[in-house]
Amino acid sequence: MKNKNTFSREHLLYIRKIKRQTCFVWVMRFALLIALLGIWELFAYLNVIDSFISSSPSRIIKTTKELFLENNLLKHIGVTMYETMLGFLIAVGLGYLIALLLWWSERIRRILEPYIVVLNSLPKIALGPIIIVWFGSGSKAIIFMAVIIGIIVAIMTMLNGFLSTDNNKILLLKSMGATKTQILIKLVIPGSLPTLISMLKISVGMAWVGSIMGEYLVSRAGLGYLIVYGGQVFKLDLVMASTVVLCVLATFMYGLVALLERCIIKFKGK
Amino acid sequence: MKKLLELINVSLKYQTMTDEITAIEGLSFNCNEGEFISIIGPSGCGKTTILSLIAGLLTPSSGTILFDGEKLQKKNASLGYMLQKDHLFAWRTIEKNVFLPLEIKKICTEDNKKYAVSLLDKYGLKDFKKMYPEQLSGGMRQRAALIRTLAPKPKLLLLDEPFSALDYQTRLAVCDDVYKIIKAEQKTAVLVTHDISEAISMSDKIIVLTDRPAQVKSILKPKIDGDSPLRRRESKEFGAWFEKVWKELHT
Repeated sequence: MKNKNTFSREHLLYIRKIKRQTCFVWVMRFALLIALLGIWELFAYLNVIDSFISSSPSRIIKTTKELFLENNLLKHIGVTMYETMLGFLIAVGLGYLIALLLWWSERIRRILEPYIVVLNSLPKIALGPIIIVWFGSGSKAIIFMAVIIGIIVAIMTMLNGFLSTDNNKILLLKSMGATKTQILIKLVIPGSLPTLISMLKISVGMAWVGSIMGEYLVSRAGLGYLIVYGGQVFKLDLVMASTVVLCVLATFMYGLVALLERCIIKFKGK
Repeated sequence: MKKLLELINVSLKYQTMTDEITAIEGLSFNCNEGEFISIIGPSGCGKTTILSLIAGLLTPSSGTILFDGEKLQKKNASLGYMLQKDHLFAWRTIEKNVFLPLEIKKICTEDNKKYAVSLLDKYGLKDFKKMYPEQLSGGMRQRAALIRTLAPKPKLLLLDEPFSALDYQTRLAVCDDVYKIIKAEQKTAVLVTHDISEAISMSDKIIVLTDRPAQVKSILKPKIDGDSPLRRRESKEFGAWFEKVWKELHT
């Protein structure tokens, strides 16, 4: 690294320009958020929009506080997080293993291909009634929903990553006398780490879709339950507040994966 | 001189759904210990296929390949393969990349590791051991790839157009480098190339192949003064040999 005082004047100006641009982007992001919330609040206050239907930022904050103090918001968050996390982990773990199996055996891959295509295009929510009958109306059904929604994408993304391993690198390892297991461990798995990260990112989103959809179908607790309940009794404040909490949680979980990415990937994928 | 590699009447047929393609037919040549030979031929004539056969990655449809006087094993331990690109693994340091064949062959002993590191030190990669491939220039990466090939102490090196991915300047320099390293380590090498100058400047023996199915058209032994490819390129016999090989290829 160069020492700071060895930089030329032009270079310092250039750095300042870049920094200023980044700063501007961040300021505008917050300004936009505040403006939107402000207009929303103002319109609700002036009765331009009906805050019974559209709620308002202040009512959302108030409802969130009430939820937290009186209705055990933490318990609902806990339930949803538990379902989402478990669904995510099972979908990712099982998906990874199945993708490995499909990479390993071309024959199995060819046999199972049409099944995966059909399962991928099937809207999983259609399986709702079946899931309720099989798993009852508890967390199990919701986790199962999260798993089937996430796993197919996990399998397909990962398999693609495994299969895109450079054939010449495989040839190189074979010329050293490598076994298939060695090719897998030394090349295919480390080489597909970037794919694993993008698969995790996609799967986080999928797990939330799965768990909230599951809670819409069957549940007695959780954020999805609060949203559906709020809709049924026409308490839009509750719906909005729960959605905001959900937003925060989803961002948080995505952030965790992004953090993991920084730790794992020290190289540019090749 | 001892024959290290012998191909006797080797043929190879490929099967596709619509066709049966004879890639190589009745190919015979041999390579003595310590020799540097080049295989040159029209593109698509099956040069790489020949290397795959020698490496034991393909089995000939008929004929015999003898290595060190014995029939070729499926997994030939004393053989190093170098490809067009360096194929260094981006997630391993240069040092770890060089240890790769030792790990694969399960001979990752301290002695072997020390030998590999000594090669890195000797051939100008001493300060780059702990770096990742993307931090090195193309020429250095190819040198690292050669050292990776040499690490398990192979008796025979197979070089599949190892310079063709480099730009012209780097190519001449790396070609010189590789040649010197191979000679210094007293290795036998088989080079596949479509570059006539490269073949002449490096080899003791040039095997010119025909179009597919590949057969030996002629074997030339260029006698040129100079102890390195660059010097040989400068010598006055070089032009005459170039013409000779060119004519062999194009008539």
